[in-house]
Amino acid sequence: MAYTEEELKKELETKEYEYGFYTDIESDTLPKGLNEDIVKAISLKKNEPEWMTEWRLEAFRIWQEMEEPEWANVTYEKPDFQAISYYSAPNKKPKYESLDEVDPELLDTFKKLGISLDEQKKLAGVAVDVVMDSVSVATTFKKTLAEKGIIFCSISEAIQEHPDLVKKYIGSVVPQKDNFYAALNSAVFSDGSFCYIPKGVRCPMELSTYFRINQAGTGQFERTLVVADEGSYVSYLEGCTAPMRDENQLHAAVVELIALDDAEIKYSTVQNWFPGNKEGKGGVFNFVTKRGLCENNAKISWTQVETGSAVTWKYPSCVLKGNNSIGEFYSIAVTNNYQQADTGTKMIHLGKNTKSTIISKGISAGKSQNSYRGLVQVNSRAENARNFSQCDSLLMGNECGAHTFPYIETKNKSAQIEHEATTSKIGEDQIFYCNQRGIDTEKAIALIVNGFSKEVLNKLPMEFAVEAQKLLEISLEGSVG
Amino acid sequence: MDLKDKLVSSFMAFEDGIDVNDPVHDIRSEAIKNFETKGFPSKKEEAWKYTSLNNLQKIDFSVFPKQESALEYKDIKKYFLHEIDTYKIVFVDGIYSSYLSETTHDGVDVCLMSSALTKPMYRQIIELYFNKIAKKEDSLTSLNTAFSKEGAYIYIPKNKAPRKPIQILHLATGNEASLMLQPRNLIIAEENAEVQVIERHQSLTSNEVFTNSVTEIFAAKDARVDYYKLQNDNANASLIDNTYIDQKDNSVVRVHTFSFGGKLTRNNLNYYQNGERIDSTLKGITILDGKQHVDHYTLVHHAQPNCESHQDYKGIYDGSSTGVFNGKILVDKIAQKTDAFQQNNNVLISDKATLNTKPQLEIFADDVKCSHGCTIGQLDEDALFYLQSRGIPKKEAGALLMYAFANNVLESVRIPELKARVNKLIANKLGVRLGFEL
Repeated sequence: MAYTEEELKKELETKEYEYGFYTDIESDTLPKGLNEDIVKAISLKKNEPEWMTEWRLEAFRIWQEMEEPEWANVTYEKPDFQAISYYSAPNKKPKYESLDEVDPELLDTFKKLGISLDEQKKLAGVAVDVVMDSVSVATTFKKTLAEKGIIFCSISEAIQEHPDLVKKYIGSVVPQKDNFYAALNSAVFSDGSFCYIPKGVRCPMELSTYFRINQAGTGQFERTLVVADEGSYVSYLEGCTAPMRDENQLHAAVVELIALDDAEIKYSTVQNWFPGNKEGKGGVFNFVTKRGLCENNAKISWTQVETGSAVTWKYPSCVLKGNNSIGEFYSIAVTNNYQQADTGTKMIHLGKNTKSTIISKGISAGKSQNSYRGLVQVNSRAENARNFSQCDSLLMGNECGAHTFPYIETKNKSAQIEHEATTSKIGEDQIFYCNQRGIDTEKAIALIVNGFSKEVLNKLPMEFAVEAQKLLEISLEGSVG
Repeated sequence: MDLKDKLVSSFMAFEDGIDVNDPVHDIRSEAIKNFETKGFPSKKEEAWKYTSLNNLQKIDFSVFPKQESALEYKDIKKYFLHEIDTYKIVFVDGIYSSYLSETTHDGVDVCLMSSALTKPMYRQIIELYFNKIAKKEDSLTSLNTAFSKEGAYIYIPKNKAPRKPIQILHLATGNEASLMLQPRNLIIAEENAEVQVIERHQSLTSNEVFTNSVTEIFAAKDARVDYYKLQNDNANASLIDNTYIDQKDNSVVRVHTFSFGGKLTRNNLNYYQNGERIDSTLKGITILDGKQHVDHYTLVHHAQPNCESHQDYKGIYDGSSTGVFNGKILVDKIAQKTDAFQQNNNVLISDKATLNTKPQLEIFADDVKCSHGCTIGQLDEDALFYLQSRGIPKKEAGALLMYAFANNVLESVRIPELKARVNKLIANKLGVRLGFEL
C-alpha cells in the first residue's frame, strides 16, 4: 500500500506518548511554595556548607527581583511558583553498592525506559549516574573512573567531597543573575551531576545521566557542572523521559561546561519529556540554561535531539573566550501536536581565530510551532572569527509553523560569517524520484526525514545514536522507517 | 520639554490651522492619541534593539517652519536626476515649491497631498486609501498621520502610465536651527497602471534635520510600481522612512533603497500581498562610513498563495558606521506555493564598523520555498592580488570588487540614467576615480 504524507501526518497525530507511566515510590517532599526558609531547608536537608547556603540565598534574592521573560516565541500558562514543591527525594536511602539492593520498582521503571543498568554496564560501557527525581540513587563505574582520577558524582556529593572545585566553578559560566530560570535554579537546585576530568586525561567511556521527573507536582531543578582540565577530553550524555501527567511540570535546569586550555567537551542530549497529549493538555515546561566556556584551543560541542516537552526554551551556548577555541551546535528539534519549541544557540566570539558551527534542523508536524533562535556575536577583539550556520526546517501539514530568528552581531572586520536557512516540505519530486527507482513512498519518506536529520544524528555518540533514532521514529516517523 | 510632549502639544496648534470638519480629522486625532500613549520606540522593543532614538529626542526641533525660503534651480540641480525629463514635486522645509516643481493632471494626477486632502474631488479616493495600509499601531507612523498635511499625491488610473518618471525631492534649507519634517505620500496605481518614482531627502546645511516620512503605495491588479529611494544626506540629517505597500493580483512592486549617507536612517519597508501571483522585490545597497547608522527593517507578508518575493541587500561598512538589517518574511497558512527569497551580504572594511543582522522567517504553510542567506566577510585577497598583478592599484582594485559585489542590486533598476547616477555615487563613496564609467 502506498504510504502518503497525509497518512504519516495522521499517524503522527494519533501517536500517543509511549513512555507515560508513573512509579509509586514514597518521597521525602518539602511543602509547596518558595521563600527563604524553603531555600534554607533544601540546603539543610542536603547538609550543605554555609557558603553554598549563602550562594543559594543570594540567587533567591536576585530571582525575586526578576521577571519572567516574555520574548520567546511561545505561549503558555505561566507556572505558579508557589504551587510547586521544590524538593523531593526517593526515600529509600542509603546508597547501594550493587544493583540488587536497589528498589525493584525503580529498576522496573528503568526497564520500561530501556535503560537496564546491568546491560549498559556490560555492553555499552556507559557509566550511568541515575537521577530519579532529585537525588542520585545509583552510580556505576565509579571505580574505573576513579583510577584515572576522574570525578563523576552527584553535585550534592561533590559539594561535600570536592567543595573547592565546586566553589571555584559553580556559577562561573551561568551566574545566578543570568536569567529568571537560572536564578531560580541556583536557589533551589536539588541535585544534578558533577564531572571533573584531570589534566591530560581522556575519559575512557561516555558519561551519562538519565533524568526522570517522577513526583507529582515536583519541579525538577537539575544542576550540572562539567569541568575538563587542560588537555582532557570527555563525552557526556544526557537523556530524559517523563511519565504522563495532566498538570504542567516545570523543568528548569542549568548546565555549565568549562573547557580549560586544549580540553574538549562533547555534550549530547536526547530530550523526550512528556509533550502533552494530542489536545495539547499537560506536558513538561522545559526552560533550560546551558552554556559552555572555552579557554585557549578548547572545544565544546553541543548535540541535541529534542523531541519532547510541551514548551521548550533552550539555547545551549558557547563562550569562545580563548584563542583558537571552537564551538559547535548540532540540533534536531521535532515538534508535534501542540508542542512549542524555541531553541537555538549563542556563539560568543571573544578570542582570536575562534570558530563556530551551527547546524539546526527543525521538523514541525500537527499544530506545533518550532522556532530557531540563535545569536552569533563577534567582539571587536575577536580577529579572524569564523562562523557557519545552517537552519533547515521541514513542515508537515499546513497547521504547523516554522520560524527562524537568527541574530548576527559583528564588531570586527576580519570576521567571516555565513548564515543559511531554508524551509521546505517533503518534495513531490523527491518522492517521485524514489518511486521511480523502486522505493515505495513509505520508505521514501523515511529516507528523506532520516536524510534531513542525518547531519546531526551522525554527531551523536554510537550508544546514543540508536536511542535518538528510536525517539525520532516515535515522535515522527512512526512505522515509516 | 521633551520632543514627545512638544509634538503632542503642537498638535493643537496644528489642528487650528486646518479644517476640523475635515474627514481626516478623526484619523488624525486617533493617531495623536496612539502616539501619546506609545511615545517614541525605545531600544527595549525588539524592533528597535539596534537603533536608538534617544539622541534625536534631546534636540529641540521646530515642528513648523517659520519662514519660507527661496531656492534657485541651479543651486539644487545636482540633487535631481537632471539628465532626463521628469515630473518633479519639490518641498522646501516641508512647504511645496511650485517654482521648482512640475506637476500634472493630464490623464494622471501627480500633485500634492494637501490638495488631495482638502479638495472635494479627491475625497472619495482619500476615503478609500488614506491611512488604510499604514500600520495604525506603529507610534512613528501615527505621529506622521497626526501631522499629515503635505507630501506627494500620485494617482494613475486604469491602463495609464505617466509619460515620464516622477521625482519627489524634500529639501531642508537650515533656516531653522533644527527642523522636523513629516511628509506623507500616497501613491495609487490602478489596474494595469505603471509608475516610476524617485524619492530623495536632502539637507542643504549642517543644521539638524529629522524627517519622519510615511508613504503608502497601492498597486491594483496587474499594476507595476517602481520606487527608488536615494539616501545620501549629510551628517546631521536623520530619516525614518515608513513605507507600506498593498499589492493585488499579478502586481509587481519593486523598491530599491540606496543608503549612502545621513546620521541615522531607518527604513521600515512593509509589503502586504493581498492577491495571487504577486511579485515583490526589495533591493538595497548600503555604503557607509564615519558615524553613519542605517537600519533596514523589512517585512514581507505573504497572505495569499502563489506569490513571490525577492530580497537582496548588500552592505559595505567603513569608519565607525553601524549597519542593521532585519528582514522578516511571514507566510500565512493559506499562502501555499510561496516562493520567498532573502539575501543579505555584508563587507566590513574597518575595525570600528559594526553590523547587526537578523533575517527572520515565520512560516505557517507547508508547501513553500523559503530561504535566506546572510554573510559577513572581507574582500577576497586572491582577487585583489589578481587585479593588482595586472596593474590596477590596490584602492581601485578594492573599489572594483566592491562595485561588483553591489552590482546585481543595480541590475533591476529600470531607469538607465538613475543607474548611471548611482554608479557614480558608489564610485564617489568608495573614493576612487577609475577613469571610466562604472
